[in-house]
Amino acid sequence: MGIEEKLPSGVLLTSVEKIAGWARARSVWPATFGLACCAIELMMTGGPRHDLARFGMEKTGSTPREADLMIVAGRVSQKMAPVLRQIYDQMPEPKWVISMGVCASSGGMFNNYAIVQGVDHIVPVDIYLPGCPPRPEMLMDSIFKLHDKILNMKLGPDRDEEITELEEARLNMLPLRVNAGINDIGSEL
Amino acid sequence: MTTPPEGAPGGTPGGVPDSTSKPSDEKLPGKQPPAGEPAGEPTPDDQASLPARLGEERLEEPVARTGMFGVTTTGDTSGYGRLQVHRPPLPAAEPPYGGYFDAIARGLGSALQADGVDFNDAIERVTTDFGELTFYLRRVHLVAVMDKLLHDPDLRFEIFGGVSGVHYPGDVGRELHAVYHLASITHNRRVRLEVAAPDADPHIPSVTSVYPAANWHERETWDFFGIIFDGHPALTRIEMPDDWPGHPQRKDYPLGGIPVEYRGTKVPPPDERRSYS
Amino acid sequence: MSSTDTHATPGATDAEADATEGRVYNLAGGDWDDVVTDDTDRGFNEQIVVNMGPQHPSTHGVLRLILTLEGETVTDARASIGYLHTGIEKSMEYRTWTQGTTFITRADYLTPMFNEATYCLGVERLLGIEDRIPERAQIIRVLMLELNRISSHLGGIGPFGLELGATTIFLQGVRFRENVLDLFELITGLRMNHAFIRPGGVAQDLPAGGLEAIRDFLRKAPKWIADLRKLIDSNAVFIARTKGIAYLDLEGCMALGVTGPILRATGLPWDLRKSQPVMGYETYEFDVPTTDTCDTYGRYLIRMLEIEQSLRIVEQCVERLADRASVANDPWLIQDAKIGWPARLSLGPDGMGPSPEHIAHIMGQSMEALIHHFKLVTEGFRVPVGQAYVPVESPKGELGCHVVSDGGTRPYRAHLRDPSFHHMQAVSMMCEGGNLADVIPAIASIDPVIGGVDR
Repeated sequence: MGIEEKLPSGVLLTSVEKIAGWARARSVWPATFGLACCAIELMMTGGPRHDLARFGMEKTGSTPREADLMIVAGRVSQKMAPVLRQIYDQMPEPKWVISMGVCASSGGMFNNYAIVQGVDHIVPVDIYLPGCPPRPEMLMDSIFKLHDKILNMKLGPDRDEEITELEEARLNMLPLRVNAGINDIGSEL
Repeated sequence: MTTPPEGAPGGTPGGVPDSTSKPSDEKLPGKQPPAGEPAGEPTPDDQASLPARLGEERLEEPVARTGMFGVTTTGDTSGYGRLQVHRPPLPAAEPPYGGYFDAIARGLGSALQADGVDFNDAIERVTTDFGELTFYLRRVHLVAVMDKLLHDPDLRFEIFGGVSGVHYPGDVGRELHAVYHLASITHNRRVRLEVAAPDADPHIPSVTSVYPAANWHERETWDFFGIIFDGHPALTRIEMPDDWPGHPQRKDYPLGGIPVEYRGTKVPPPDERRSYS
Repeated sequence: MSSTDTHATPGATDAEADATEGRVYNLAGGDWDDVVTDDTDRGFNEQIVVNMGPQHPSTHGVLRLILTLEGETVTDARASIGYLHTGIEKSMEYRTWTQGTTFITRADYLTPMFNEATYCLGVERLLGIEDRIPERAQIIRVLMLELNRISSHLGGIGPFGLELGATTIFLQGVRFRENVLDLFELITGLRMNHAFIRPGGVAQDLPAGGLEAIRDFLRKAPKWIADLRKLIDSNAVFIARTKGIAYLDLEGCMALGVTGPILRATGLPWDLRKSQPVMGYETYEFDVPTTDTCDTYGRYLIRMLEIEQSLRIVEQCVERLADRASVANDPWLIQDAKIGWPARLSLGPDGMGPSPEHIAHIMGQSMEALIHHFKLVTEGFRVPVGQAYVPVESPKGELGCHVVSDGGTRPYRAHLRDPSFHHMQAVSMMCEGGNLADVIPAIASIDPVIGGVDR
């Protein structure tokens, strides 16, 4: 039925990284940080029609101590930001963050004094999911992308190398558009 | 403007005047037309001078805005630089107000009278714009008026509809307004009260002793406008973090946005963009 | 750290603080048992302060509750809010009147249509166009509002079950709610936060097949409601957890100015749709359900009965819209070109965009239309000076938006009087004296949405 039926002589050769990645990805427990409207769509994603339980994510961790994934669903206000950081700190490694919705990704339509303009000011984010609010299917797509990321995550010293490489790539990343006009970033003096 | 139908404020105009209000022989509380001038239709002479009179009234109001298009430096070549726009004259309705408003005014007047407070002392102005009755109060009488509105059997405004603060920096000496909405289940009526306080002395008496539900609303108004409600049991910040400096919804507080990168350019936050209106 | 730093009254000594704060222990390490072995005051008066939230799966959003417990009994319950404050009201002051709809719709995000409705009614009252709103627009508004009432009540009952630990209630409620969201998506394009009700009418007409979809929904909904009620109404565990809990009688409601299902659970049939109707509510036939148990179970029952009444109203709306099918040029937005700006979008090869016919019209055929389009897009319409407050009966209670205009194209001040904000003050009255486990159903019976509380 599954992969075990297709194995020759019942022996599977793989690497620890692959097995660890597979185990982590197939049972991600979300610490749902449901804040605002996106939280409602998150709830609906856990409902019967778009079922998150199929992906092993039904156990919404009531406690961050047992959670792997923090889905920041909704707008993070200034008052809530320290709480967000505290919950993130309480989660044990390995942990990932999906910022669900535009308010979590960038402050969204609320470009003002009250909202943190993107939770990546506070916690490192793995997947940014736009939408106001994103449909449950969009959320599931982001979760699949995260699953891909988790599946291919390296372990041990390889992981440290991977992190260094990603950081270098980010730091040396070229801007989206080369300076071309008076309004472009970098043209102000 | 629209007069409300009996017993049900709503959008439909053409309401029936209050059947219990008698014509001119009963003195309704509120600003009466000057004695000696007959109430009712203005005479033909009055009508001829009406535009001139209105024009003079407008010139007496303070200047609200100078120039056009928000230009403040000498770079203004539009020719509108010395334009002076006066604040529109404050509307005031004269009794009879129409609908159930007269019943409220009369009930409030007699209730205040019983306490020795004159209606016109407590209430500066009454308006009935858009089918809604608004009393503009002097802040010292706020609690007394609220008390009468809640407890008097003819008034019985049980439902407290919240305090809404408004900051009018142009209204010098009366910048901070607190607007109260009340609803009566017994009589199916609505009323609005408005009090003003200057920036220099932003104190308004708290109505929590009359309406306990005002507790959080007043805290919110303090948080956002800096209006200090005297007599409130615990006037602390409620929406902003406890140590937040400033009062965010005042007009002199910036919106606080950041410039947004979009396709290689930066879009400033809404309060720093150019505006033509 | 000296002892003067730790007392509420600065400079107080331990003995002084003892009288005002309770027994004060000043420790610097050591074993707790050694300190209190000879303390005779310790006993049953031990109170602990428990902080629930702001991140807690059992609250309706980021609500923080500070409970003082004596054993299992709650002696003090205070709600601390502000963790979702978004500055919606201030943001609206920098946008046009029409754009304000998109902001205010996100305040109470379970009832977006109601936020929009109360705001737009206030703006329309200031504009003076209340009697010129097209009939079709009013019918569609009532239709959407009642559908929103259904989805909001389900969004309250479902999580209610989840918080009590009954995930089946949650799943069945969510399953039903998905169908209502399907209708929303068909009609407005979005599942929530629609920005559909605009000053002057609604954003667009029902699409082709919309009435059929609603009729289909109306055929199936009674069975879903019946299933849900069969699951919950006589459920012994549900009844044990909700009957007699969070008692707030008429006197308490009047003292706190509570409206909505909590007030109707005391037996008083106060519903703004009946007493101060707007948008033509007086022409629809529906009942106002009440119970007289004043407890959580009564409020739940009222919500289920209100869903049934809303289905009745939706049916009447569908009949009326069907009757109007023969009316040619039935507008859904006020026909005044200076106020109403219909979307005039069409589906092109690369998605939805301005319709080419409209572009041709304003660029080639009508200067006036171009000017109107330009002014409305860049500035928006101007609203006369004044203030208005038009409350509606939202699923949570009386929802009103105090709109102040200074004659310009932007709201000078828009303040939302949210019923959840107002009713959260009743948490103390409902919870104190009860058990800790009863705090959850109490709050769930208020059905607060923290977006509306904090705005």
